[in-house]
Amino acid sequence: MGFQMTWENAQTVFDKLAETYQIYAPKRHVNAGRYSEVDTIQYDRVSRMDEIVWQVKSDYPAKEVLTPIQQAIFYFTEDEYRASKVSEKPILIFARPCDIAAQKVQEKIYLTNGGYEDIYYKRMLDRVKFALMECNGGDDTCFCVSMNTNKTDNYALAFKFSEDGILVKVADESFGTYFDGVAGSDYEPEFVEKNQLEVTIPDLSDPKVRQALKNHPMWDEYNARCISCGSCTVACSTCTCFTTRDIIYGDNPEVGERRRVTASCQIAGFDQMAQQKEFRSTAAARMRYKMMHKFHDYKARFEDSHMCVGCGRCTHRCPEFISISATLNKMNQAVLEIKESLNQGGDK
Amino acid sequence: MMTNHVQPKPCKILNVKKESTHEWTFRVESDAKPEHGQFMQLSIPKIGEAPISVSNQGDNWLEFTIRSVGKVTDVIFQKEAGDILFLRGPYGKGWPLSAFEGKNLVVITGGTGLAPVRSMLNFLYDQEDFARDIHLICGFKNEDGIVFRPELDRWKNKFHTTYALDTDAKEGWRTGFVTEFVKEIPFDAFGDNYAVVVVGPPPMMKFTGLELVKCGVPEDKIWMSFERKMSCAVGKCGHCRIDETYVCLDGPVFNYTKAKTLVD
Repeated sequence: MGFQMTWENAQTVFDKLAETYQIYAPKRHVNAGRYSEVDTIQYDRVSRMDEIVWQVKSDYPAKEVLTPIQQAIFYFTEDEYRASKVSEKPILIFARPCDIAAQKVQEKIYLTNGGYEDIYYKRMLDRVKFALMECNGGDDTCFCVSMNTNKTDNYALAFKFSEDGILVKVADESFGTYFDGVAGSDYEPEFVEKNQLEVTIPDLSDPKVRQALKNHPMWDEYNARCISCGSCTVACSTCTCFTTRDIIYGDNPEVGERRRVTASCQIAGFDQMAQQKEFRSTAAARMRYKMMHKFHDYKARFEDSHMCVGCGRCTHRCPEFISISATLNKMNQAVLEIKESLNQGGDK
Repeated sequence: MMTNHVQPKPCKILNVKKESTHEWTFRVESDAKPEHGQFMQLSIPKIGEAPISVSNQGDNWLEFTIRSVGKVTDVIFQKEAGDILFLRGPYGKGWPLSAFEGKNLVVITGGTGLAPVRSMLNFLYDQEDFARDIHLICGFKNEDGIVFRPELDRWKNKFHTTYALDTDAKEGWRTGFVTEFVKEIPFDAFGDNYAVVVVGPPPMMKFTGLELVKCGVPEDKIWMSFERKMSCAVGKCGHCRIDETYVCLDGPVFNYTKAKTLVD
């Protein structure tokens, strides 16, 4: 079933939804950007329909709702670690198809890897329903079509926002009651079929090619360009890495909380053990590690998809203008060279 | 009720033994039954958690040999018998004991790399019929780096032992890196019936692996235990990942055919 709403009656629907759901959506944070007088668009709890930023892609991904930058996972005293609790109220997240697809990628790690189900992710995911935001085509960093994440059927509601009003599809019938008295429509969400950018994923199935790619000089330029700040992984829709950190309250080292804090493979020290050398000690090595995880290693382990949804946020956020699609193109070029030289070697 | 796989449990410290200035062994009350070569997560207040291999085990206790690496482990080193340490685990894949049964076993360790094989060596010492000849090569940086001294003495009774310091002289001990003593192992006398275990710092394992292969040891007879930074130990935090392999889940023990492909 479908509906069409003016912005005015959309707020009435929103208020009814907000009685049952915590509603999260991309929200404009005025002057909170990285430069003076620059806004940032970030996921947050919203209280009005017109707070939802639908016109442009958010700077940061929807994953922050499920896995905040930092969260308390335990409170500890001298002899006990007590797991933290979260609100039982269900969550409705307004998200574009790429952000919804990204949760499937994260699920593999949080819920299935090694047979261990992470309760902190699971307890959030169990309460989440998605309200799809029809994507108006993204921007010049997007390549969701190449990553096959442009379409999704994982949504309870679908919204098409415009200045004139909002079209809605109710896919999960339990949401029908929120739209009592709203005019009907036959709206069906449309999905992006073509991005400005297209990428090709290099064929890394041959271990010899992978090994040669690790040692390829293509990575060297990132020693000069990448400043290992981790902006790309924080902005990434799919990156999951974290570090566990205990903090203590005041002067009592026996009482405090254990936090899960977002970590980045791009930042020095990610792989460093106490009193030992780093395994990946250069920006180039760290870039290689990230790119090969995104476009080979993740899929080699979990099979279904790559660990990139083509949202382009990493390109957007990089202060050094490093583009993931350009880097991918360089990988393709390097792989071609490697395959050629391996073939020539084989002929001899 | 969902299981929280990262829930630490309070465990009482039964005993603290100073192996050397920087390496202390904590015996902790625990009913966990780790396989030889598995590890547990120890909580370090103010820092978080660190993976520590179980260095020995017995009836309702486990031992962890911890190296003092600066400010962070100071907190653990201040603890005494009767205090509490938080533990969770065991995690990972330990030594493939069934693959060693009835075979000659060569164990080569560098420094505290002896800790992850110590409980297995004690098991083999007590269960004489389990394996055939045990050849043990243990290298330490210097006199102060020597750990498990009473056991090093005891193992001499039943194992073929070579103990060495890297550059210093010590009575009854050899001088040199463990790689130098690999060629003295009578691989020919073993026929096909043997396995090799290597544990130590990454360069030591790399060069020992190369030396073993040079001595004609087939790669699939060699086993290594890896150490990597970890936060969660259950395949979520990402710190220990090498390519598509998670050291916490798929290791820390790997066959050399796999280990040699793991380039960080």
